Amino acid sequence: MNDTTLQNFQTQQDSSTASEGAVRGPYSEAPTPDKGQPVTRNESVEENLSVRVRDLSLWYGEHQALDDISIDIFANTVTALIGPSGCGKSTFLRCLNRMNDLISSVSIKGLVEMDGRDVNARGMDEVALRRRVGMVFQKPNPFPKSIYENVAYAPRMHDMVSRKADQDELVERALRDAGLWNEVKDKLYEPGTSLSGGQQQRLCIARAIAVRPDVILMDEPTSALDPISTATIEDLMDKLKQDFTIVTVTHNMQQAARVADYTAFFHLGEMIEYNATKQMFANPHTKKAEDYITGRYG
Amino acid sequence: MSQSFEEISAQLKKRHRRSARMKWMTMGALILSAAFLVVFISDMVVRGWPAFQQAQIQVEVSYDEQSQKLPLAAVDEDVRPLISRGFFRPLPRKMESNPALMGTTQTQWVIADSRVDQYLKGNEDRLRPADKETLQALVEEGRAELKFNTTFFTTGDSKMPELAGIASAAIGTVMTMLVTMAVCFPIGVMTAVYLEEFAPDNKLTQIIEININNLAAVPSILFGLLGLAIYISFFGVPRSSPLVGGLTLALMTLPVIIISTRAALRSVPDSIRHAAFGVGCSRWQVVRDHVLPVSLPGILTGSIIGLAQAMGETAPLIIVGMVAFIPDASISITNASTVMPAQIFTWASEPNSAFAEKTAGGILVLLAVLIFLNALAVWLRNKFERRW
Amino acid sequence: MTTNTVFLLFCAVLLVLGGIAFTLSRAKAARVRATGTTMHAQPDQYAWFAVLVTAGPALLVSALGAFVLLLMGADIPTFYLLAASLVIALIGLVMGLNQVRSDFHARRAIEGVIRKLLAAAAMISILTTLGILLSIISEALRFFQMHSFWDFVTGTTWNPGASFLSAAGRGDEGGSAAQFGSIPLFAGTFMITLIAMLVAIPFGLGAAIYMVEFAPLRIRKAAKPVIEVLAGIPTVVYGVFAALTVAPLVVDIAGLFGLDASYSNALAPGLVMGIMIIPFISSLSDDVINSVPNSLREGALALGITKAEMVRNVVVPAAAPGIISASLLAVSRALGETMIVVMAAGMRPNLTANPLEDMTTVTVSIVAALTGDQEFESAQTLSAFALGLVLFIVTLTLNVVSVFMIRRFREKYRVNNL
Repeated sequence: MNDTTLQNFQTQQDSSTASEGAVRGPYSEAPTPDKGQPVTRNESVEENLSVRVRDLSLWYGEHQALDDISIDIFANTVTALIGPSGCGKSTFLRCLNRMNDLISSVSIKGLVEMDGRDVNARGMDEVALRRRVGMVFQKPNPFPKSIYENVAYAPRMHDMVSRKADQDELVERALRDAGLWNEVKDKLYEPGTSLSGGQQQRLCIARAIAVRPDVILMDEPTSALDPISTATIEDLMDKLKQDFTIVTVTHNMQQAARVADYTAFFHLGEMIEYNATKQMFANPHTKKAEDYITGRYG
Repeated sequence: MSQSFEEISAQLKKRHRRSARMKWMTMGALILSAAFLVVFISDMVVRGWPAFQQAQIQVEVSYDEQSQKLPLAAVDEDVRPLISRGFFRPLPRKMESNPALMGTTQTQWVIADSRVDQYLKGNEDRLRPADKETLQALVEEGRAELKFNTTFFTTGDSKMPELAGIASAAIGTVMTMLVTMAVCFPIGVMTAVYLEEFAPDNKLTQIIEININNLAAVPSILFGLLGLAIYISFFGVPRSSPLVGGLTLALMTLPVIIISTRAALRSVPDSIRHAAFGVGCSRWQVVRDHVLPVSLPGILTGSIIGLAQAMGETAPLIIVGMVAFIPDASISITNASTVMPAQIFTWASEPNSAFAEKTAGGILVLLAVLIFLNALAVWLRNKFERRW
Repeated sequence: MTTNTVFLLFCAVLLVLGGIAFTLSRAKAARVRATGTTMHAQPDQYAWFAVLVTAGPALLVSALGAFVLLLMGADIPTFYLLAASLVIALIGLVMGLNQVRSDFHARRAIEGVIRKLLAAAAMISILTTLGILLSIISEALRFFQMHSFWDFVTGTTWNPGASFLSAAGRGDEGGSAAQFGSIPLFAGTFMITLIAMLVAIPFGLGAAIYMVEFAPLRIRKAAKPVIEVLAGIPTVVYGVFAALTVAPLVVDIAGLFGLDASYSNALAPGLVMGIMIIPFISSLSDDVINSVPNSLREGALALGITKAEMVRNVVVPAAAPGIISASLLAVSRALGETMIVVMAAGMRPNLTANPLEDMTTVTVSIVAALTGDQEFESAQTLSAFALGLVLFIVTLTLNVVSVFMIRRFREKYRVNNL
C-alpha cells in the first residue's frame, strides 16, 4: 500500500463531505482534512465508502461517552480503533450495528450512514442493519449448539438456504473462510463450546460471515486468546477484507500496526486522530496519539 | 452482492410479526397471572366483607326472677326468635354476678340470630313469615340494623355462626408461632453459621447441604406424619396442642431460615472477615462481632418470610390434630388449640352460608396479617440492605 | 413436690452455681493476672469457661436421663435424676476453677465448645430427614405386614373400611373387607398434577420470559412483588377459592356444553393449583433466564436474529436445564399439595380420565385416614404412612434430579446464585 498525500485523496472524496464545513477539534497540529477523512489515505485499487459517521455523540444517562465523532470507513479495508481503556472505542463500534439499543439509558445524536441511509433513523430496522453489519465479540460466545448448527442457524433463519445440501455447502464455506474447516470437519456435530478458545473465536467469525454481511465489527477479538490463536485470527482478518469491511477495536497497538489499513485513535470519548496506519505509527500528527503510541500512557 | 436494507426489511416483515406475537403472548401470561390475583382478592373481599358486619336488634331486656329461671322470658315473645340464643344463655350468670341489675329493664342492642343476619344481608331467607314481619317493623323503627361485628374478633369458634369468631384461632396461631420461632430461629441460624463459617469442606458437610435443600422441598404433609409418629406417639406430646404444632412447623421452617441466613452471611464480603482476622480475632469473634451484626437484617428478613409461610400452613397441623373445635382461647402451649388457617378450613367445611361468610372473613384477616409480615420483611430488607 | 417445682428448683440452683462459677473464676484469674503472670486468655474468658463446664454436663446428663426415661420407660424418679445432675454441676464448678491457670487456653476451649454446638445444630436437619424416613418407614412396614405390598401397588380398589365408605355415602357396601389398592389415588393425583402443570408451566414461563426479555424495568419492578404476593397466599385460601368459586364455575360452564360435572371435579383443584404454582415457576425461571449470559443474546442479535427467535432458539435452550429443574420441583410441589385437594377434590377413589368427575388423591387419603376417630394401630391409619412413603420417595427423586440438572446448568455458565 502506498502512502499518498492529502491532496491526492481529496479528489476522490465523497462529495457530500465537502459541505460539512471546517473541522473542529483535535487536528490542530495537522494539516486539516475534511473531518472524518483520514489525514493520509492509502491508495488501494478503488476504495468505496462503506460507513460514514458524522458528529456522533452518545450519552449513558447523563454521562457523555462519545463526543462528536466523525469518521469514514472504507469498504474492503481493516480499520482499527485504538486508545486507552474507557475511551469509547467499543461504544463507538456498537453504534455501527445499534447494539447500544439494548441498553435503555443510551441516547445518541449524530449521523451513522450506510448505503445512503441513516441507521439510527426511525424507519431503519435494526435487525436488517445487523444482518449487514455483523459482529465478533471480545469473549468467544458460541451458542450452546453443535458447531454445524452455530454456523447454519442464522442463514437458515434468514432463508438464505432452502435445501440441506445448500446449507452444508454454506457451512463448509464459512468454516473454510474462517480457517476452521480442517480442524472441525470431523466433529461438526460436537458442541461449539467444546472447542479451544481460539477455535471458538474463529467459529464466531465463521458464524458472522455465514450471513454474508457487508461489515464485520470485531470488539477486541483476540484479547482473550493466546498468542498463536491471535496470530491465526490476524491472518484471517487480512484475508477476510477481500470480501468484507472490517472494523476492529484493539488494545494492542502492534496488532493495529500489523493488520489495519487505517487506524483511529480515541481518547476520552473523542477521536483524536484518524490516519492510514503506517502514517499513524510512523508519524502521528497529534501529541496525544504520539504519547500513546510511544507508550507514555495507556 | 449484498442485499439492500429495503430488501432485507421486506423479508423480515413476517419474522417481526412473529416476534411481536411472542411479546404479546408472554405479556398476556403475566397480565393474566396478575388478573387472577385481582379476581381472587376481590372474590374474597366480596364474600368476606359481610363477615365484618353483624345484625343487631334493640330490645328491652327485663332482668327479673322469671328471666333468671327461664332466660328466654327476658325479652318480648315476638322478638325472641330473632335473637341469638347465645345472648340468653349467659343471662342468669350475668344477673348473679351483678345483683344491681335485678328488677331493672334495660334497652340494649343485642346480637341477632344468624337467620336474621343472613336475611338482612340479602343472602338467604329462612325466617318464618311472622318473624319476618316483626323484623321489618323493627328495621323501619331503626331498631334492627347491621353493625360492625366486634364478636368476630373477640370470640372463639361456635356452632352458632353469629357468635363464631377468630380470637381463639388467632391466639392459637400466636402460641404456635412462638414455639416455632423459639425452636427454629436459633437452630436455623446456628446451622447456617456453622455451614458458612466453620464447616470443613468434607462429605458430611455436603450431605448436610444436600439434605437441607431436599428438606425444603419435602411436601408439608409429611412433616405432619413425622409430628404424629414421633412427637405424639413416641414422645407423648399432647395432641392438638400449640407445642406439637409449633414443633412440627419448626422443622418445616428450618430449611427456609437456614437458606436465607446463609445467603445473608454470604453477602458479607470477605474483606470484613479478613480485616477482623488481621487484628487478631478468632473465628468465633469474627462471626460474633463482625459478620452476624452486619447480616442481621438479612437474617431477620428471611425469618419473617419463614414465619409467614409457617403461619399459613395447614396440612401438617391437620395431621397433628390442630383442627379442633375451640370455643375458648387458651394461652397454654399444651392445651388443645387451633390456628387461623385451620379455623378457615373448619368453617369452609360447614355447609351453612353464614359460615361461608366467616370463612372468607377469616381469610381476609389472615391475608392482612401475612401481607403485613411480608411488607415488613421487604421494608427491613430495603432499609438495611447494604451494597458492598 | 410436683415435677414442675422440682424442675424450676433445678434451674434456679444451676443458675446460681453458674453465677458462682463466673464470679469466682473471674476473681481468681484477675488475681493471677495482678501478680504479673501472662495468661493465655482474658479473665472473662476463664469465667465463661467455668460457667460452661458447670452447666453444660449437668444439662446434658439431665436431658439424656429424660430421654432414657421416655425411651426405655425406665423408672428413675425425676428428683434423683436432677440431683445427680446438680452433683455433676458441682464437680464441673471445681474443675472449672481449677483450670484458671496461666497455661490454659480458655478462649480456645470455649470456641471448641461453640463450634461443636453449631455442628450439633447442623445435625438437626439430618435428624429431621431421618425422623421423617424412620417414622414413615416403620409405620409403613407395619402396614405392609397386614396387607400385601403387591396389592397396594397394583390394586385398583381403595376401600379402607366401613367408616370411610359411609362418609362417602356408600355405607351399604360397608360389609366388604377393606382393600388397599392405591392405583386410583395415584391416578387422581397425577390427573390433578397434570392439569396444574398445564396451567402453571406456560403461564409461569411466559411471565418469566416477558419479565426478563421484553418488559421495561418499570413493569418488571411492579410485577415482581405482585407475583411474590401470589406466592405468599396460604394453600388453605386457594382451597376455599377452588371449592367455593371455581368448582361451581366449572360445573356451570360444563353445563353450557351439555356436560355433567361433579361439584368436586378434578378440574377446579387442578386449575387453582396451577395458579398457585405460577409464581413458583416464574420466579425460578426468571432467575435461570436472567443468568443466561448476555453475550449469547448479543451474539444472536448481532447476526440479525429477531428477539423472539433469539429467545426461542438461544435463550430458552440455554436455560432449558434450569427450566426443567424448576418444572420438576413444581411437579413435586403439586404432588404433595394437600389443602386444595382436601377442600375441592372428591373423597371417592375413582379411576377415570375425565377431569369433570370427582376423584381423590394420595394426600386427601392421608388426611382422611388420620382425621377420623381411628385407632393408631388400625390398617386405615397405617395406610396413610404407606402412602406417605411413596409420596416421599417420588418427591425426593424429583428433587434430586432437579438439583442435578440445576448443577449442570450452573457449571455450564458458572453462575453461582442458583
